[in-house]
Amino acid sequence: MYAYSEENTQQALHKGLTPEQSQLLQEAKVAVVGLGGLGSNVAMWLARLGVGHLLLYDFDKVELSNLNRQYYFLEDVGKYKAEALLAKLQQVNPYGDYQSKVARLTEANLEELLAPAHIICEALDKAEAKAMLVNGVLEKFPDKYLVAASGLAGLEDSSSMTVRQITPRFYLCGDGYSDFHELPLCGARVGLCAAQEALTIARLILRLEGENR
Amino acid sequence: MQINGQEYALTKVMSLQELLQEQGYRSNLVAVELNGAIVKCSEYGSTMLTAEDKLEIVSFVGGG
Repeated sequence: MYAYSEENTQQALHKGLTPEQSQLLQEAKVAVVGLGGLGSNVAMWLARLGVGHLLLYDFDKVELSNLNRQYYFLEDVGKYKAEALLAKLQQVNPYGDYQSKVARLTEANLEELLAPAHIICEALDKAEAKAMLVNGVLEKFPDKYLVAASGLAGLEDSSSMTVRQITPRFYLCGDGYSDFHELPLCGARVGLCAAQEALTIARLILRLEGENR
Repeated sequence: MQINGQEYALTKVMSLQELLQEQGYRSNLVAVELNGAIVKCSEYGSTMLTAEDKLEIVSFVGGG
């Protein structure tokens, strides 16, 4: 096992960034709601980016059918996603303040669970749940940034996979129409949408996007 | 008025709920901003629209 330290892992993850950018990433607090096809991949990209604080929420367990798109492996099948993913994130950034909870977000608990985060990533699967979370965040936390996704199923090429700034603090990734009830889920396309969510979050943290640019 | 950047002719007095229905949206699958502010789902029925309004309607589809 490689003898890593807080210093050398931080340097490795922030290679090529300025000290100011490294500081912004270390101080960032991001909540990822849903750890499936979108969320597991977003969380991994944020850990590899060396984001300092992550709050991860998912109530579900890993299933074999998840392996075509979600950041889990055979050894994880049957485990809670919130627990399996945390172990992997810690293998990338062992000094990150990463917390996960086996929990389902509802209108009643979202305020408490999302309050500590500056940026919220919506990574749920059901359309009704997405609408509930987005409405809840926009209503209760108008000062936080929200990055959501809608329309990532099927096999259309990347040109339809966009990022739209709907309002100053609300960004929406995806093509807006490809529904998983009608189309298969292709890991690469889902991953593309997840990467867009993660990149948007990175840009918000580094003030390349949003009101602090 | 405008809906998602497109001109829409408001021909009669209408609530947001009625507009969503007319446009084929399901109110439990959308988020709506009216003139830059989020409209609470419980207020869709009581929010009356005018010709100067700008609406952003995001309709979610499943997957993730």
